Amino acid sequence: MKVTFPRMGTLDIPLKAFFTSLGIEVVVPPPISDKTISLGARHAPEFSCLPLKINVGNYLEAYEMGADTIVMAGGVGPCRFGYYAQVQREILADLGINYDMVLLEPPKGHLGETLRELWELTGRASPARIFRAGRLTWAKLKLLDEVERLTAKARCREKNEGQAGDVYRRALTWIDAAASPGEVALAGERIRRAFAGVELKDVVPLRLGLVGEIYTVLEPAANLYMERFLAKLGVEVERGIYLSDWVTSHLFLDTLRMRRGQRAVEELAKPYLGHSVGGHGLESISYSIQYARRGFAGVIHIGPLTCMPEIVAKTILPLVSKEWDIPILTLFLDEHSGEVGIQTRLEAFVEMLWARREQREKGRVSR
Amino acid sequence: MKVVGIPRALLFYHYYPLWRDYFAGLGVKVVESKPTNRVILLAGLGTAVDETCLPVKVFYGHVQELKDRVDYLFVPRLVSVEKGAYICPKLLGLPDMVRHSLSNLPPLISPTINFNRRGQGLYKAILETATLLGVNPVQALYAFVRARARWRRWQALQHGGLSPMEAWAVLEGKGGGLPERKGKGLRVGVLGHPYNIYDPYINMGLLDRLREMGVSPQTAEMLPADIIAFHAGRLPKRLFWTLGQYVMGAAGHFMQGGNVDGIIHLISFGCGPDSLVGELVERRARRKGFPFLLLTLDEHSGETGLLTRLEAFVDTLQWRRGKE
Ligand code: SF4
Ligand code: SF4
Repeated sequence: MKVTFPRMGTLDIPLKAFFTSLGIEVVVPPPISDKTISLGARHAPEFSCLPLKINVGNYLEAYEMGADTIVMAGGVGPCRFGYYAQVQREILADLGINYDMVLLEPPKGHLGETLRELWELTGRASPARIFRAGRLTWAKLKLLDEVERLTAKARCREKNEGQAGDVYRRALTWIDAAASPGEVALAGERIRRAFAGVELKDVVPLRLGLVGEIYTVLEPAANLYMERFLAKLGVEVERGIYLSDWVTSHLFLDTLRMRRGQRAVEELAKPYLGHSVGGHGLESISYSIQYARRGFAGVIHIGPLTCMPEIVAKTILPLVSKEWDIPILTLFLDEHSGEVGIQTRLEAFVEMLWARREQREKGRVSR
Repeated sequence: MKVVGIPRALLFYHYYPLWRDYFAGLGVKVVESKPTNRVILLAGLGTAVDETCLPVKVFYGHVQELKDRVDYLFVPRLVSVEKGAYICPKLLGLPDMVRHSLSNLPPLISPTINFNRRGQGLYKAILETATLLGVNPVQALYAFVRARARWRRWQALQHGGLSPMEAWAVLEGKGGGLPERKGKGLRVGVLGHPYNIYDPYINMGLLDRLREMGVSPQTAEMLPADIIAFHAGRLPKRLFWTLGQYVMGAAGHFMQGGNVDGIIHLISFGCGPDSLVGELVERRARRKGFPFLLLTLDEHSGETGLLTRLEAFVDTLQWRRGKE
């Protein structure tokens, strides 16, 4: 058995750690390229959302490399994600591709069901072994999130262009190589030192929040590397959602303490949206308000074209923007989106924000 | 007398008698918006976000057609109308979208209907609307039970082959049952959400055109619920969209001894659920070699294009019949 899975940001690193430490061979699909995207788009339904299409591209490329089993998350609605795998299975079958699919359906309140699925997959590994694999995976996830934050901080301030990016890439290989939670901790120290070594300019960047549908937020190939581009414009980007959030919300949905934090998120959005709409539509609204409260210069809201929850959010965000006095730019992305087009719109938005900041500072001085 | 307005769009086509009789039973006057027309469509296009699907845009249009002549607008939040299923993420947020992006609206009546959560079912919705309109809850409950009985009769009439509006006319004692429908005996299964199939302005009179060509259209609403459930239940994983289940269930029936010559699937451009459900149906039809026509509706759909495709499709069906 050779297991593969869809890529999303750096999720491949913890997933690989998880399976490998249970003795399962893993084929990591190649990083998402234009080829991956057009391959997926060719075989996936035309009006399905971008993540589904890219997933298909991942599967096809991993198949070429010898993968025979796909591990994929499921779901119970209301949004399309929970039915992705069903459609993908038929696409692959009609192409005559022989893949096994193992679906991790989110448990309804019980961690046990998810664990059970995983357990079957590992050929019934001992609980202690699964627990160790889980701990390693979680440690990597957490550290990866930290690396993203450190990179965002450094990249918009770096003196020598590209230095933060170099550290970022090295950090990923160190995390990937760590074989135990202890080694992950060591990698963490090394990473922090490396980031401390990035030379910084003394500037005050514009702070922007990045909210929206999780896949487009986490996968740079899907958002056309906009964080990197924004950093060049002197913008520090904070994401509303990080990788570990996805894991908790998709695999361990209603379990554990998740709900508590969620309630605060819902409360904040309530005057604008009184009910969850699937995906991260409600979060987009709630996080935008949080960024406004924290004095961010603006918010970028992204999602795949036809993304239902984010369309709801886009409808309501203009009001949030007005009442909380925070500029918000919505961008929908699909396989036809071009880097240049997106960059032009980002540039214009950021320019407007710089001008706005200047004006406010002037206002403050003259007062 | 207070006036409650019901937009003639989205699930209106599924619930009309229920909603209408219920509010009438509360002692308010009920008006619905006019059938979709150009003005309504343009009003919707001008106010809804570009990326949303046509049916939501049309809904926006109907809200604007109504808003100045009613005291309340009925825009329910339909989360789930059966356990373990949803309607659509957009409908979960519909009242908020309408409220926050259209101006000068009368107050909305927007109870949450959610069969997935205890305490958010019908009784709460009934209580909520009753309180809002100052009606005794017992009277409201009574109104609801009566309305539901009529709604069920309305559905039964549709199982007999009537369209929702024809069935309504019969219910009101204004119509004479099945209209005369002669023809060459071709039968076509028409799949799609009720607001696409039964809004002739949006689909450019699809059902009537079929009839003019001598083809008798069959829809999911004409099928008994257990047939739908049986065929929808044959998927490896249960579909968690109620409207998708209708489409899948009817498709399964049509393709397996359902006595139709072909299938037309009507979807709206940008519809999330149908981008997947439609794909599943199309793949099944293709594997079986079952005649299948996908019609995608958007605000730019041209009438001639639709007609040409429809005629070509019907010709194929006829030719196939002749061969048999
Ligand atoms: S949240 Fe958006 S991208 Fe995700 S399944 Fe739903 S529509 Fe697709
Ligand atoms: S089900 Fe499709 S057509 Fe209906 S509201 Fe949702 S996205 Fe629009």
